[in-house]
Amino acid sequence: MPRAMNPQRKRTVRLVVALTAAVVLATALIYTSFSAASAAVTPSQLVREAQTGRSYELTGTVVKGSVQRLGETLRFSVQDRTGQGIALPVVYTGTVPDPFREGREIVVTVSRQDGTYVGQRDSLITKCPSKFQNAPNGSSA
Amino acid sequence: MAVLGRACLLLALAICLYGIGASLYGVRARRPEWAESGRRAVFALAFVLTVAFAILEVAFLRSDFTFDTVAATSSRTTPTFYKAAAVWSSQEGSLLLWAWLLSLWSSLVLFLTRGRLREITPYAQAVLLGFGGFFVSLMVFYASPFDTTHPAPAAGAGLDPLLRYWSMMIHPPMLYSGYTLATVPFAFAVGALVAGRVDAEWIRATRRFALASWMFLGIGILLGARWSYSELGWGGYWGWDAVENAALLPWLTGTAFLHSIMIQEKRGMLKVWNASLILATGTLAIMGTFLVRSGVLNSIHAFGASTLGVPFVVLIAVLIVGSVALVTSRLELLRSEHRLDSLISREAAFVLNNLLLVGLAFVIFWGTYFPLISKVFTGNESSVGPPWFDRYTVPLALALVLLSGVGPLLAWRRATAANARRNLLAPAIASLLVLVAAVAAGVPGNVKALLMFTFAGFAIAAVAQEFWRGMRARRALADEPAPKALLALVRRNRRRYGGYTVHLGIAVLFVGVAASSSFHHQNETSLAVGQSTHVGAYTIRYVRPTATVHDAPVLDNALRGVLRTYPQGAQVGLAHDGTDLNHVLDLGAVLDVSKGGRHVVTLYPSKSYYDIADPTQGSVGELLGGQAVSNVGLSSGVLRDIWSAFDLDITSTPLQRIVDRGNQIVPFNRTDLAMVTVAALAGAYMAQPPPAQFNLLVSPLIAWIWAGGLIILGGGLIALWPAAGALAARRRATVREVSRVARGLARA
Repeated sequence: MPRAMNPQRKRTVRLVVALTAAVVLATALIYTSFSAASAAVTPSQLVREAQTGRSYELTGTVVKGSVQRLGETLRFSVQDRTGQGIALPVVYTGTVPDPFREGREIVVTVSRQDGTYVGQRDSLITKCPSKFQNAPNGSSA
Repeated sequence: MAVLGRACLLLALAICLYGIGASLYGVRARRPEWAESGRRAVFALAFVLTVAFAILEVAFLRSDFTFDTVAATSSRTTPTFYKAAAVWSSQEGSLLLWAWLLSLWSSLVLFLTRGRLREITPYAQAVLLGFGGFFVSLMVFYASPFDTTHPAPAAGAGLDPLLRYWSMMIHPPMLYSGYTLATVPFAFAVGALVAGRVDAEWIRATRRFALASWMFLGIGILLGARWSYSELGWGGYWGWDAVENAALLPWLTGTAFLHSIMIQEKRGMLKVWNASLILATGTLAIMGTFLVRSGVLNSIHAFGASTLGVPFVVLIAVLIVGSVALVTSRLELLRSEHRLDSLISREAAFVLNNLLLVGLAFVIFWGTYFPLISKVFTGNESSVGPPWFDRYTVPLALALVLLSGVGPLLAWRRATAANARRNLLAPAIASLLVLVAAVAAGVPGNVKALLMFTFAGFAIAAVAQEFWRGMRARRALADEPAPKALLALVRRNRRRYGGYTVHLGIAVLFVGVAASSSFHHQNETSLAVGQSTHVGAYTIRYVRPTATVHDAPVLDNALRGVLRTYPQGAQVGLAHDGTDLNHVLDLGAVLDVSKGGRHVVTLYPSKSYYDIADPTQGSVGELLGGQAVSNVGLSSGVLRDIWSAFDLDITSTPLQRIVDRGNQIVPFNRTDLAMVTVAALAGAYMAQPPPAQFNLLVSPLIAWIWAGGLIILGGGLIALWPAAGALAARRRATVREVSRVARGLARA
């Protein structure tokens, strides 16, 4: 059996190994978060910079009077939260959360396919209902 | 009354400022009477905020719409139960709830520690009053719950129907209790560090508060998950949403703290780590409140615009810089009394568990705040989705469940090979049996899920073995019957066996999470009456539609008259909800669930339509145009849940023609005629139901999540309950203090 390392040295080695592991893991975590993230864009940004095939996290307000439902397909337009800019039409299939309504803020993952914006299945998210009272029009329901 | 409320807030602010000053002066100038006066200020704050909270609560119950918050979130027709809960559905009301709970918990801890920890409590008082003062000044300067409008609006907007769910009464106070309780050990840690008294005494005094904080946060998180599962119509219980994560973060660091303080108490180690952990937990609790209340992550998830961002950022910066400065300036005092003897020991398991928990917290922190981080580094706001979270959290959760089984079986200081073999053998065999049984039972080859079942099997067997051995030892000693011995065992050592019970609950919960997320079947489809679809092994058939009109009793005869003109009109239900006049109509479906031709269960999913004060939608459209809410049709079982949600957008069906016609002929002030139109719509729906959207879900072992949660709650309560010997312990603490003073005198 080799001579035992002196305890102080052993602790230092242990610390260095643990720290190295932590740094490597943290780097991986940080690297993947940047590469896996999808950019959050407003409709007006998306119209300017959308590349076909890339997916974007579209955030904005559902335009009043734009929601149409045909079987499983939901069509609606999204506008910047400020209520300005263009109304971007989105085609979506999948789960529609209860709070989804005209005039509410939503987040949906979309990609451009042949000139139309297609929502990824089940990616539609709405704001938590406990926060609605802060909506610009001041009404909660 | 609003004037009195505003006066209470101003008085509360003055009390906070005075209390901070008195406490700090008392301890610095060695004038204990001033520190005592600071302590009383905390009690006074609790009293004043109780009055303020009562005023607001009464305003809600009386539907006093001169209060702006009442007009915005309640209405005369909101049911009483929800009127009471609507207090904390607004920004202003929830700030008041926060401050009020903080003052109550602060008073409790200062009452329980009276006459003890004399060097630490004045600082802790100052910190707690500092938090109180911060939240009170938010209300005074930014978002007052006592703003009024004269003359009062005629009607309130009403509580959002999605929030009308039984747990909404307890979910927010639970989370806020968790957040505010976390500030108690935080304050005492700051006090201990400033005063330089960093032995385990402050930990002993506030351990229960850390535990209670952990428990309340846990209950709040689970109630939120349950609400999401049964109310939001998407069938999930966890979505890595920023609000959920915000509550999970202090819960994780709190879990780490509850484990690592045992090492400080037993061996005097990890002092820096413990101080940092509790400072981080307190800061994360404030950050959680900030996240939910400030609107900082506005574009991604669930937050309204708000003006509270700047003060919160300042507070959080102060907390972080102060914490780091405090710990680094006390490093000399915080030196460990012992070293880690071996990597195979209880201490090492605790350290590893802490690293995993903090690692998990870091992952979730990074993902949650990533939109802010990416904006700083790249200029673009980006976010990471659930797959990113899963990639890191799944392996960490697996390791933690395994460790929760292994850790308690290792001896303190240094486990020998023989010790490890004796303790680990039975659980290891049990976990292998679980694996073999799972594979034999035909569980599909999902590595992560199988590993989770195996590790959970290990953890459950480990807990069972500990209980069994403890009970056997007691019986050998006292010759008691088994149940009595078990009870005595737990009562003699609540903290330990409460902890084991929590481990059991965690294992059960994660079995449910692994099974339901790995092996669920989902089918979203459109069905007409008579059509069927398949979900997993089940066949689901749309049998017939259902409809219920919610009216006032005086309208019954008129509505029945209308309904008689439709073939199936007699089947439309008429319901009277007392005061809940916002709830107008339910449309739904009867679903027959069968498996292999045999009937299993009948489900009744439906959708409730609520009214809205919006004349642009027309006199009838107004009655149906509010928030619609899914009523899930659910069959819960030990082995599987069958979950169904029904959705029908009236505007895209032929039924809309009835609404349009009604809008033309019914004047706005004739709600009775509008209700007749609604009844006609219900009759037409029953006669010729349009195809509806169904979201159907079969998830195995979902019930294990809720069962695990209840076990965790039970374990937490066992550990929290004051031991029979608590009084004796207090006496011992006094003796310790006396002897310390005596030693100090002897040195003089």
